[in-house]
Amino acid sequence: MPAVRGDGMRGLAVFISDIRNCKSKEAEVKRINKELANIRSKFKGDKTLDGYQKKKYVCKLLFIFLLGHDIDFGHMEAVNLLSSNKYSEKQIGYLFISVLVNTNSELIKLIIQSIKNDLASRNPIHVNLALQCIANIGSQEMAEAFRNEIPKLLVSGDTMDVVKQSAALCLLRLFRTSPEIIPGGEWTSRIIHLLNDQHLGVVTAATSLIDALVKKNPEEYKGCVPLAVSRLSRIVTSSYTDLQDYTYYFVPAPWLSVKLLRLLQNYTPPTEDPGVRGRLNECLETILNKAQEPPKSKKVQHSNAKNAVLFEAINLIIHNDSEANLLVRACNQLGQFLSNRETNLRYLALESMCHLATSEFSHEAVKKHQEVVILSMKMEKDVSVRQQAVDLLYAMCDKTNAEEIVQEMLNYLETADYSIREEMVLKVAILAEKYATDFTWYVDVILNLIRIAGDYVSEEVWYRVIQIVINRDEVQGYAAKTVFEALQAPACHENMVKVGGYILGEFGNLIAGDQRSSPQVQFQLLHSKYHLCSPMTRALLLSTYIKFINLFPEIRTQIQEVFKQDSNLRSADAELQQRASEYLQLSIIASTDVLATVLEEMPAFPERESSILAVLKKKKPGRVPESEIKEGKSPTPASNHNNGVNTVNTAQDLLGLSTPPTSQPSGNTGVLLDVLGDVYNNKPNTINSLQDLTAHNPKKFVCKNNGVLFENDLIQIGVKSEFRQNLGRLGLFYGNKTASPLQNFLPSLVWSEEHSVKLNVQMKPVESVLEAGAQIQQTINAECIDDYIDSPSVIVAFVYNNVPQKITIKLPLTLNKFFEPTEMNGESFFARWKNLANVNQQKSQKIFKATTPMDVQTARQKLIGFGMQLLDGIDPNPDNFVCAGIIHMRTQQVGCLLRLEPNRNAQMYRLTVRSSKESVSVEVCNLLSDQF
Amino acid sequence: MMQFMLLFSRQGKLRLQKWYVAHPDKLKKKITRELITTILARKPKMCSFLEWKDLKIVYKRYASLYFCCAIEQDDNELLTLEIIHRYVELLDKYFGSVCELDIIFNFEKAYFILDELLLGGEVQETSKKNVLKAIAAQDLLQEEETPQGFFEDHGLG
Repeated sequence: MPAVRGDGMRGLAVFISDIRNCKSKEAEVKRINKELANIRSKFKGDKTLDGYQKKKYVCKLLFIFLLGHDIDFGHMEAVNLLSSNKYSEKQIGYLFISVLVNTNSELIKLIIQSIKNDLASRNPIHVNLALQCIANIGSQEMAEAFRNEIPKLLVSGDTMDVVKQSAALCLLRLFRTSPEIIPGGEWTSRIIHLLNDQHLGVVTAATSLIDALVKKNPEEYKGCVPLAVSRLSRIVTSSYTDLQDYTYYFVPAPWLSVKLLRLLQNYTPPTEDPGVRGRLNECLETILNKAQEPPKSKKVQHSNAKNAVLFEAINLIIHNDSEANLLVRACNQLGQFLSNRETNLRYLALESMCHLATSEFSHEAVKKHQEVVILSMKMEKDVSVRQQAVDLLYAMCDKTNAEEIVQEMLNYLETADYSIREEMVLKVAILAEKYATDFTWYVDVILNLIRIAGDYVSEEVWYRVIQIVINRDEVQGYAAKTVFEALQAPACHENMVKVGGYILGEFGNLIAGDQRSSPQVQFQLLHSKYHLCSPMTRALLLSTYIKFINLFPEIRTQIQEVFKQDSNLRSADAELQQRASEYLQLSIIASTDVLATVLEEMPAFPERESSILAVLKKKKPGRVPESEIKEGKSPTPASNHNNGVNTVNTAQDLLGLSTPPTSQPSGNTGVLLDVLGDVYNNKPNTINSLQDLTAHNPKKFVCKNNGVLFENDLIQIGVKSEFRQNLGRLGLFYGNKTASPLQNFLPSLVWSEEHSVKLNVQMKPVESVLEAGAQIQQTINAECIDDYIDSPSVIVAFVYNNVPQKITIKLPLTLNKFFEPTEMNGESFFARWKNLANVNQQKSQKIFKATTPMDVQTARQKLIGFGMQLLDGIDPNPDNFVCAGIIHMRTQQVGCLLRLEPNRNAQMYRLTVRSSKESVSVEVCNLLSDQF
Repeated sequence: MMQFMLLFSRQGKLRLQKWYVAHPDKLKKKITRELITTILARKPKMCSFLEWKDLKIVYKRYASLYFCCAIEQDDNELLTLEIIHRYVELLDKYFGSVCELDIIFNFEKAYFILDELLLGGEVQETSKKNVLKAIAAQDLLQEEETPQGFFEDHGLG
C-alpha cells in the first residue's frame, strides 16, 4: 500500500487493498456487498457516528461508485458532511455530491443552503469549494439560487484572485445552463475589463467566460476586441521570463494566448479602428516569426505549446480571410509541418490546410504542396492522418490538377483502408464530375471506381453516371464501347452489370456496327452475367432486353426465349415474373411502330445538383470543406457544371425513382406504366390510424394552438392550448354529436416512458359517460424537460350503440410550442447565425417543393404561429424569412435561428435551422418543413 | 470546452473520470467502454488525436496510465495535450513521482487537484505554483484538525 497523504483514512485504504486483492469479479462483488451492508447498518443504526466515520464511509461509497457499481444511499450523510466545521469532511461531502449528482429536490435545497453558507465564509478555500461544487453540478436550481452572488464575487474589488478565477468559470457554467442569468448593463463593461486584470490566472478564466458571452451577444460585448488585442500583444512581445509561472516551457502564457485568439474569431477583423487592426496583424506576424526561430527547448511540451498558439493564430488568419500575405505565410508554415517527424503536427497541418484551400488568397499556395500531400495519403502509418490527406486533396482540387489528383486517389483506392473507401469513392465521383472538361474522362473514372471498389460504389454514384451519359450525346458512343469492354472482364462487379445493362440498352446500337460488338455478342455478354445477379439487377437487365428487341429486331426470338424461361416467367420474384410476362406480350403483340414509341431512348434528365454531394455531407458532416457547404447555402445553388436550371431536393436519388431505372418508359403508354408498378418503392407513410385520415390532420396544429382536432359523425374533439416557458396546458373538448350517450368513455395517453422523461404529460381523468349532445372538457398539463421529437397521442375509446370505437389523435404538443419569440437586430442575428455554423447542420437543412401556393402572407402567419419571432428587414434578400426564438426546457434553453428561402421560379423552399443543439435543430426543421 | 477526462490503465481499468457535461450513468459507461477499446487498440507512434462523433479525442500515455480528454471542435488539440501534461506534473509534484497506485488509493486527492486546474471544463489556473499552493493550503487546514479517526480505525474496517 502506498503512503497516504493528508489525513489518510486507513479504513478506506484497507478496503481498496481488499478490492485489489480480489482474484475474481465474483469475489470483488462479494466484498463490495459486504461493505455496502456494513455501511448501511452504520448509517441506519449508529446514532453516534462521528464526522470522521461519516466521511470515511461516504468516501468508500464514492469509491464503490467509481468502480462502476450503483449507489442508492448515503446522499443524506454526504449532505450532512457539507455543514461540518472540519474542512476535510466538508471536502469529501462536496466531492460525493459533485460526482453523484442527485436530482432529489429536498436534498438540493439542503445542498444549496450549505453552499450559501460556504460562499459567505471569510476563508477563500471554503468559498472556492462551494464554487467548485456549483460548477460541477451546474443545475438550473443552482443558477437560480446563485445568480446574484456569483457575478458580485466576480467583479468585487474585495474578492481574492483565486476566488475570482473560480467565480468566472462558475458563472460560465451556470450561463451554459441558463443564459438569462447574466446581468446586462454596467456589468458588461465590468466583465470585459477583467481582460485587463493584473493576475493572469484571472484573465485566463475570464476570457473563457467572455468568449461564451460574446457568442450569445456579440454586439454588447464588442468592447472586448481592443482589450483582447492589446493583451495578446503584450503577451507575444514579452520575453519568457516576464510572465514567471505563466510561462510554460519557454512559451509565454500559451493558454491565455489561445483563448484570446479564439475570442477574436467571434468577430470580423476590426475595421473601425485601424490601430487595433494593425496591432492584431503585428501579433499574428510575430507569432509566425517565432515559429521560424530555433526552439528554446528540445522538450515536446515546448513545441506543443508554441505550435498550439501558432495553429490558433492560423485559425484566426483563416477566419479573417482578409490578409493575403498572412494567409500565404500560414500556408508555407503548414507546408513545413507536413514533413515534420511529429505525427500530431502532420495531422494538424493537413487539417488546417484544408481550411486554407478554400480561401481564394491561399488556394494556389496550398496547391504547391500537392506532392507531399499525395505522399502522405500513400505513406502515413496512421489511417486518421491518411484520411486528413484525402480530405485536403479533395479541398485543393480544381480544374488544373483534377486529373492528377483523381488518378492518385484511384491508385490509392486499390489498397486504401476499408474504413475510408466509401467516402473516397464519393469524393472521386464528385471531383470527376465537377472538373470534367471531357466527359469521356469522367466515364472512365467512374467505371474505374466500379472496377476497383465496386462494393463501395453507392447507388447515387452509378445513377449519376447514367444520368450524365444520357444527357450528353457526345459521350454516348464512347460510354457504350467502354462498358462493353469492361463487361468482358471475367469477373465484374454487379454495379458494372447495372451500368453496362442500362447503357447498352440505350446506346448499344452505336457500337453494333463493329462485328466484335454485334447485337448478338452484346446480348450474350450481358446474359452471361444474368444468373449471377440479384433480382434487382435482373429486373434491370430484362428491361435492357426489351429495349434490345427495339434496337436489334434480329435477336428478337432469342430474347423472347429468355423471357419464356421458367426461371423468369415463373420466377418466385413477382417483379421478375411480371416483367418477363409483360415484356414477352409486348414483344409479341405490339407493332414495330408501337415498340419504337414505347421503347424510345430515354429523354434527358433535368439538370440537378449532384446528389452524391448530399450523401458525402451526410456521411461526414463537418468534413466536407467550406466551399462545398457554401454552394448549398445560396438560395439557388449554382448547378455544378452546365446550364442547369432546376435544383431538386438533393437528398432524392438522382434518377428520381427507386425502381430500377429502366423501368420508366418514356412513351405515355398506360399499360406499361401500370405493369411497372413501383415494387421497389417504399410504401408512403401512413398516419397512425386509417379511419382518422380524413378527419384528423395533426400537421395543421404545428402552427396553431386552437381548433378542431378531430370530427366525425359521432364526436367532435376540439383543443385550446396555452404555453408559458416550458409549461403547457391543453383543454380538450369532447362533444357528443349523437342522440345517445357514449359509454365507457376513456381517453388514454400514448407517450412512452422514454419520451416522458423529456416531455412530462399529465392528463386529468374525465367521466366515463358522455351524454347525448353534451360536451366535456379534459385538462392536460405538459412540462418540457428536454428536447424531444414527435408529439404524444391520445386514444379515445368509447362505446356507441354497443359498438366499441377507438380514435387516435395527435396532441398539438410539438417541441416548437415551447418557443419564446426573441427580438434581435440584423447584426446580432447574423453574428449568431455564423457562430452556429460550426455546429453540425446538414440534418437541419431541407430543400423541398412547395405543396401550397407560395403566398407571403400565409407563410408569415405560419411562421408566427410556429412560435418564433419573425424578424423583418434583416435578410438582405427581402423574399427570405428569418426568425429567432428560445425553446424553454427544464434542463436548458436552446436559442434557435431559422431562415426560410423561397425560390418562386422553382416552386421550392430551402429551410435552414441553427441552434446550439443538433437534435433541436433537426426537429424544428422537420416540424416546419411540412408546413409549406 | 472539455467534455470529460478519463484515466485508465493499460488493462482497460478506469481509474478516474471527470465529466463536465451531464450524462446518464448508462451513457457514461458506454462512452467510457467505447473509448477505452478504441484507444488501447491504437499503436504507440500514432497520432494523439482522433475524431469521435462530433468531438475530438486527445490522449496520451504516461507509464501504465492513459489520459484521455474529449474536447469540442473549437478547442485546441495541442494545448489539451499540455493540460494533460500539466495535470501529470501536478500529480507528480504532489505525490512525489506519482504512480498508478497513488491515484487508486488517493483518488479523492486526484479529484481535488484536477478541480484546481480545470473548472467546468475550462482551464482555471495554469500556474503550477498556484495550484500546488492551493492544495497545500487545503492540506494545512486538514492537519490543523484533530486526527481523531486514528483510534477508531484500528480494529475497524
